[in-house]
Amino acid sequence: MIEIDKLSKVFKGSSHDVQAVDQISLQIKKGEIFGVIGYSGAGKSTFIRLINRLEEPTAGTVSIDGQNITTLDKKALRLSRQEIGMIFQHFNLLWSRTVRENIAFPLEIAGLAKNERNERVNQLISLVGLSGKEDAYPSQLSGGQKQRVGIARALANNPKVLLCDEATSALDPETTDSILSLLIDINEKLGLTIILITHEMHVIQKICHNVAVMENGKIVEQGSVLDVFSHPQQPVTKKFVEQVMGKPDQDVSDEPFVQGIESGRVLKLQFVGETTNQALISRVAKQYEVELNIIQGNIKQTQAGAYGALYLHITGEDQVIDQAISFIRSTSVEVEVIDHD
Amino acid sequence: MTKLFPNVNWFALLEATGETFYMTLFALLGTLIIGIVLGLLLYLTTPGGLWENRLINFIIAALVNVFRAIPFIILILLLIPFTNILLGTFRGPNAALPALIVGSAPFYGRLVEIALREVDKGVIEAAKAMGAKTSTIIFKVLLRESIPALVSGLTVTAIAIIGYTAVAGAIGAGGLGDYAYFHGFTRRDFDIVFACTVLIVLIVFIFQFIGDRITNKLDKR
Repeated sequence: MIEIDKLSKVFKGSSHDVQAVDQISLQIKKGEIFGVIGYSGAGKSTFIRLINRLEEPTAGTVSIDGQNITTLDKKALRLSRQEIGMIFQHFNLLWSRTVRENIAFPLEIAGLAKNERNERVNQLISLVGLSGKEDAYPSQLSGGQKQRVGIARALANNPKVLLCDEATSALDPETTDSILSLLIDINEKLGLTIILITHEMHVIQKICHNVAVMENGKIVEQGSVLDVFSHPQQPVTKKFVEQVMGKPDQDVSDEPFVQGIESGRVLKLQFVGETTNQALISRVAKQYEVELNIIQGNIKQTQAGAYGALYLHITGEDQVIDQAISFIRSTSVEVEVIDHD
Repeated sequence: MTKLFPNVNWFALLEATGETFYMTLFALLGTLIIGIVLGLLLYLTTPGGLWENRLINFIIAALVNVFRAIPFIILILLLIPFTNILLGTFRGPNAALPALIVGSAPFYGRLVEIALREVDKGVIEAAKAMGAKTSTIIFKVLLRESIPALVSGLTVTAIAIIGYTAVAGAIGAGGLGDYAYFHGFTRRDFDIVFACTVLIVLIVFIFQFIGDRITNKLDKR
């Protein structure tokens, strides 16, 4: 469990001071993937560096498993940093060392004997899927492979928490997804708490359980990923949700695809954390004498289930349609009937 | 050969070449050690560095700049009393070493500082995040990651030192400079000057070749 209390950082400037992080308080549960999203300059990068004191906080405290990080002396801080893994946007590998030697570096720092190091490195290499690349140098690896080395290195000393500083921002979308899957895998296998910062809502949607939105050094909104997606409050949050979901629907009844429909009805199904294995559409089609046609949809998978909207054209006898609608309403999916002329 | 170089004493030429190698290699060793210490101190004490200290940074930078500003021939003359105390004489290859090292270590120190600055800040941050001590960061990150630049800087310095040994030769340090000046130039036997020149150029090429090979071998970027 990580408790962050009124954490602040002020950078002293020659003309004026900059409040990079402003009284942030957060509680992050063990085994949780917690995301902090914000535009560049929001202070999220400073925030994550305050957690392991790569930046010294101006005020406030951070405690991990009851240990107050902010008051540790230099030596104790070094030791506790060995229990806080960190990965970076630009990977920050030592180019003069091979994959194996890079992963062994934190183990050397922790003072492990050579044969123990080798054994641990072998485990880590297979965990992150880099078998066969042990003796390559970073310059011979792709971006995704470099980040896998970074992850293996961060996990070497069995940390309590993994800090991810824009870990996928330098990667292409496909590689980003493979790295995110690896992070989910590690989170589930090792029960590792992960704190990540990003400017991509896609990352939050894919792997986070909870999210905080940062703006001007403050947390302006936080909650479970589904809550934030379905009821964004702040303008900045709405913009981030739009990144993934597109613009919120305006009056769909004016759309040509609704106007062109002459019989039946148009339904909007709103999924909020619906578990996907229900196969809702096929059950409706099987149980009721109706024809279903999907006309538009935008559904994203989050860690807490599906989120999004699906537009259906349903035809059949009015009475049967009503029954079908009330069946759908009996699940957690919300239904809205859209008028059309 | 004897026709082309009538006045060259081949044994003396060989001995002078050996002295030039001797002075260059030992001066290079001293320069390497002192230069790395100076370069590290300059880098570490710089504002924002790991041992940020404006006073020490200012003092070392001033020392380095002053010694780099003094022309080498004058530096040798200035150091004669010091060399006398240290070695009891100011003649011969050994007597040239203090001046050679004092003359080239500040130069190499600056090259070391530049090499260290090229090390990715992110890598240093990563090492800190892993809980590395400053000594670990210095030896396993800073020096290790900058080795190719340190070696190519050392090559440049070695060539400057070869030039300096010839200058030192002119005041009796021995080596090819000494042989060319006292036996060649002062007696108007220019074939000796020419033979020495050819040998010095060859030595420079050898150092450059070896330095480049090592740099390429070590550079994994």
